Amino acid sequence: MATVAEHIETQDHAHGHGHEEHHEQSFIRKYIFSEDHKVIAKQYLFSGIIWAVIGGLMSLVFRLQLGFPEMDMAWLKPVLGQWVSLAPDGTGKLDPNFYLALVTMHGTIMVFFVLTAGLSGTFSNFLIPLQVGARDMASGFMNMLSYWFFFISSVIMFWSIFLETGPAGGGWVIYPPLSALGEANPGSQSGMTLWLVAMALFIVSSLLGGINYVTTVINLRTKGMSFDRLPLTIWAFTFTAILGILSFPVLLSAALLLIFDRSFGTSFYLSDIYINGHALPNQGGSPILFQHLFWFLGHPEVYIVILPALGLTSEIIATNSRKPIFGYKAMIFSMAGIMFLAFIVWAHHMFMTGMNPFLGSVFMLLTLIIAVPSAVKAFNYITTLWRGNIIFTPAMMFAIGLVSFFVSGGLTGIILGNSSLDIQLHDTYFVVAHFHLVMGAAAIFGMIGGVYHWFPKMFGRMMNDTLGYLHFWLTFIGVYLVFFPMHYIGIAGFPRRYYQWSGFETFNTFADLNAFMTIAAILAFAAQIIFIYNFIYSIFWGKKAPANPWRSNTLEWTTPINPGHGNWPGEIPTVYRWPYDYSKPGSESDFIPQNIPFSATPESNLPEENEMISEEKEIEKIEFNHNIPD
Amino acid sequence: MTLIIGLLAILFLILTGVVISKTQQLIKGVKGEIEEKEYNSLNKSNNLNAIGLFIFWIISVIGVIWSFFDARKDFLPEASSVHGKETDYWFWLSMAVIMAAFFVVNTLLFYFPMKYKFDKNRKATFYPHNNNLEVIWTIVPALIMAGLVFTGLRVWNKVMADAPEDAEVIEIMGRQFAWAVRYPGVDDNKLGNYDFRLMDDAAGNNFGIDFTDQNSFDDFTNGTEMHIPKGKPVNLKIRARDVLHSVFIPHMRVKMDAVPGMPTKFWFVADKSTEDMRKELGNPDFNYEIACTEVCGRSHFGMKLIMIVDEPADYEKWKKEQKPFLTLNPDFLSKVPENLKARALKYVESESASEVAAVTDVTE
Ligand code: HEM
Ligand SMILES: [Cu+2]
Ligand SMILES: [Cu+2]
Repeated sequence: MATVAEHIETQDHAHGHGHEEHHEQSFIRKYIFSEDHKVIAKQYLFSGIIWAVIGGLMSLVFRLQLGFPEMDMAWLKPVLGQWVSLAPDGTGKLDPNFYLALVTMHGTIMVFFVLTAGLSGTFSNFLIPLQVGARDMASGFMNMLSYWFFFISSVIMFWSIFLETGPAGGGWVIYPPLSALGEANPGSQSGMTLWLVAMALFIVSSLLGGINYVTTVINLRTKGMSFDRLPLTIWAFTFTAILGILSFPVLLSAALLLIFDRSFGTSFYLSDIYINGHALPNQGGSPILFQHLFWFLGHPEVYIVILPALGLTSEIIATNSRKPIFGYKAMIFSMAGIMFLAFIVWAHHMFMTGMNPFLGSVFMLLTLIIAVPSAVKAFNYITTLWRGNIIFTPAMMFAIGLVSFFVSGGLTGIILGNSSLDIQLHDTYFVVAHFHLVMGAAAIFGMIGGVYHWFPKMFGRMMNDTLGYLHFWLTFIGVYLVFFPMHYIGIAGFPRRYYQWSGFETFNTFADLNAFMTIAAILAFAAQIIFIYNFIYSIFWGKKAPANPWRSNTLEWTTPINPGHGNWPGEIPTVYRWPYDYSKPGSESDFIPQNIPFSATPESNLPEENEMISEEKEIEKIEFNHNIPD
Repeated sequence: MTLIIGLLAILFLILTGVVISKTQQLIKGVKGEIEEKEYNSLNKSNNLNAIGLFIFWIISVIGVIWSFFDARKDFLPEASSVHGKETDYWFWLSMAVIMAAFFVVNTLLFYFPMKYKFDKNRKATFYPHNNNLEVIWTIVPALIMAGLVFTGLRVWNKVMADAPEDAEVIEIMGRQFAWAVRYPGVDDNKLGNYDFRLMDDAAGNNFGIDFTDQNSFDDFTNGTEMHIPKGKPVNLKIRARDVLHSVFIPHMRVKMDAVPGMPTKFWFVADKSTEDMRKELGNPDFNYEIACTEVCGRSHFGMKLIMIVDEPADYEKWKKEQKPFLTLNPDFLSKVPENLKARALKYVESESASEVAAVTDVTE
C-alpha cells in the first residue's frame, strides 16, 4: 500500500491549488471536450443508447423479413429508398444485399458500439474513479481522446449506411475473400472501406480507454483501498480492459492486412480466385489466417462484453440482497480464469473451416474448461440470493434476469463447444440463440441494470420505479420469447444470414414460429421506449435522489449527490474494509460502508478485524491527497 | 401457440396493472432513510415482483415443455447417415444434461427471490464464503465437462478420420451462387487435376479442369443434382472458386467450409436412399438438399443443390449413363497435349463420328 501511496504523492505535489477553488469552465470544456470522467461516461452512455436504438430498429426490419417473407415492404420505401424494390403492382421487397448489410451493421453496432463502447465506456469511466476513490482518471486528456476517437468512428460507421452501394455486408466477422472483393458483393466496396476505417479508429479509442482504466485502478486507489477491498465491479472492468488491450491490436492487424489486400494488391488472405469471368492474380494467401486473427479478438470480445455486465450485477445483487457477495475471492479467480482462457479458445468458432481436426480437439477441450469458471459465477450469484433480504429495485430485477440469461445461454455453449455436435449446429440459428442469450441479452441487462442503479449518482435524480418494473417485465418476457424458440429452428438446421428459407423444402417449416418471434421482437423493442422515456424524463424531472438511495457500501455514495469536478469536495475518504459488509452480525445497520473504520464498529467486528484496528492509524498517516491534474 | 400468447398476455396485463397501482404509493414517499410506513409499501411492490418472478418461471416451464413437444415434429427427421445417428445420440444426451441443469439452476434462481424477499423483521445471513461449496461446484461441472469432452473427442476423431480407401470420391465446388459437382468417371475412377487459371465460364470450363491430365478425360460434371450411393462411404472433396461457402447437408449431418485455395473434405455414409425417405415420410416429393452456410453474398440463401441417394446398383447405372465433360464439350480437345490426344479422342469419338471429324479439323 505504502509504495503506491508514495508514488502518487510525488505525482500530485506539483498541483498547489485545491480543486474546490477551481475556476469555472466554459460550456465546451465542461460538456463537450470534457476531461471529467463523469461527463465522458455520460457521453458514452448517450452514444450507446442512440446506437442501441439504431441497431434495434435494424433488427426489426430483418426480423419482419424473416417472420413475414411475403410482406409488402413498400411502406418502408420512404426510409430505405432504393433498398426496397417495387414490383409493378406497387408491392415492395427488401433487397437481399441490403438484408445482409442490415445483419452486418446490426452485429457490428451491437457488439462494438453498444456493448463494448456503450457498456465499458460508460461504467468503467463512471465507476472506476468513484469506487477506487480517485479524483479522476489517470489521464483525463487520453480519456477525452478516447471518447472522441469513438465519436469519429461512430460518424464514419453511420455515414457508411447511406452509401450508394450500402454499408459492409459480409457479416460482422467480415470474412475475406467476400469482404476483400468489391465485385463479390456491393457491401464490400466503399461500405467495407468505411467499416475498416471506423473499426481502426474504434480500436484506438478502446486502447486509449483501456490503458487509462488499468492505470487508474493500479495507481490511483485511495488510502486503504488494497486490491482485496476492491468492489467486484472494479475487478471486472480491469480484467475487461486487459482483455481489450491484449486482443484489439490483433484485430487492428487483421484489418490492416485486409486493407492491403483490398487496396494494394497484396495476397494475405487471397488465393486461387476466379470471379466474374476472370481469374485474380493473387496466390498463396489464406482466408483461414484471417479467421484466426479475427477470432483471437473475437472470442475475448465476447468476454469484454459480458464481464463488465457481470461486475455490475455482482454489485447490484449484493446490495439488494443485503448480503455479501458469496465467494468474493472465487469470483475474482473465476474472472481471472475466464480472462486467461478467453485467449485460448478462439478456434471453437472455426471447427468446420477445414482446419486440422486435431486442432479442433484441442480447442474443444479448452472451450469446455472455460465453462467451469462461468458456472462457478452463476452458482455464486444464486447463493448470494439464498437467505438474503431481497429488495427488488428495477436494477435488481435486471440483475436477476441477467443471471437467468447467462445460465440459459451459457448451457448451450457446452453443446456448441463440442466439435462433433457443432458439425450440425455451426452457423445455424442455434448459435444465434446461444449468443444472443449469453452475450446479447445478458450484457444489455447488465447495462440497463447499471443505469437504473447508478442513475441517482449520474444525474442526482431517481428514475421512476413503476415504469422500471414495467420495462423489466416486458423486456424479460420479450427476450425469452424471441430467443428461446430460436433454438428450435436451429435444431431444425435453419442457417444463419438467410434472407428467406422457403427455397428449401428442409427449411420450409416453422413459418408460424418465425412470425411469432418477430412479434415478440417488436414487443421487446417497444418496451425500450418506456425506458427511454423514463430515462429522459427523470434526468430533468425525476425525484431528487438521496445521498445513498440503495444503502450501499461503496465509495461513490460518499460523494455529494451531484459530485463536482474532483468528486469529493474535501479529502478523499479512507477505506478500511471490503465493500460487502451487509447485514453483519452485531451491527445495528444492515450495511457498513467501506469508509467506516473497524474502530467505530466494535460490536460487529470479526476477531481478525479487531486486529486490524491498530493498522488504521498507519493507513490514515499516508499522505494521499491527489488533486486532479488539469 | 395462440394459447401461450394468450396466457402471457393475460399475465402481462395482470402484472402491470397491479404493479402500477400498488407502487404508486411507494413512489410518493422515499426520502432519505426508509421509514416504517415505507417498509410496508416497499413490501407490496417487493412481494409482487418476487412472486412475479416465480410465476414467470412456472409458466416458462410449462411453455418450454409444451413448445418443445409441439416443435419436435419439425426438428430434423432421423439422421440419414451413419455418423449422424451417433452425433444425434450425443446431441440429445448433452441436451438432457443441460436441460436438467437449466431447470435446476433457474428454479433456484427464481425460487430464492420469492422465499427471501424483504422482510423488515429479518436480517440477511452474513455468509461470505464456504470453500467446500466452491470446491464442489467447481469439481462437479468439471467432471461433467470431462465426460462430455471425452465422448465428444471420440466421436469427432471418428468422423474426421481419413476416408476409407474404397470411398466414392465426388468433388463439390461452391461459387456465387450455386453448387456444382464433378465425378471421377467410370473408366479410371480418378478426378483429373484442376487449376483456377483454367477456369473459363464463357467456354464452359467452370471447374478449371486441366486437360493435360488424362484422368480428366472421363470426368463428368453436374450442376443440378448430386447422386451418391447408399451404404457406401462417400468422400466429398470440397472447394470454392470465389468466396467462402460451406457445404451443409442437413439430413446427413454434414457441414464443411469451401475455401478458395484450400480444398477441404468430409466423408460419410448415407444409410437411407431418397426412396427410403420418401416412404418413411410418406412424402413422394421428398428430396435431400444441400445448402450453403457461410455467407457468400446476395443469393447465399438460394444456393441449393438436390442430392439423390441411390441404391448402389442404380447409382452405378446412373454413373454409366453420364456423358464425360469432354464428350459434351469436344472443343476442349484442343487443350489436350499431342501425346494424349489418342486417349482423349476415345471420349469424343463415342459421339457421332462426323462431329469428331469436324472437331479435329478445328483443332488442327
Ligand atoms: C459457457 C461458456 C461458453 C461456451 C462453451 C461457448 C461456446 C461457443 C461456441 C463453440 C461457439 C461457436 C459456435 C458456432 O459458430 O458453431 C460460440 C459462439 C458464440 N458465442 Fe459462445 N460460448 C460460451 C459463452 C459465451 C459467452 C459468455 C459469450 C458472450 C458474452 C458468448 C458469445 C458468443 C458469440 C457472439 C458467438 C457467435 C459468433 C459467430 O459465429 O458470429 N459465448 N460459443
Ligand atoms: Cu468464442
Ligand atoms: Cu454460398
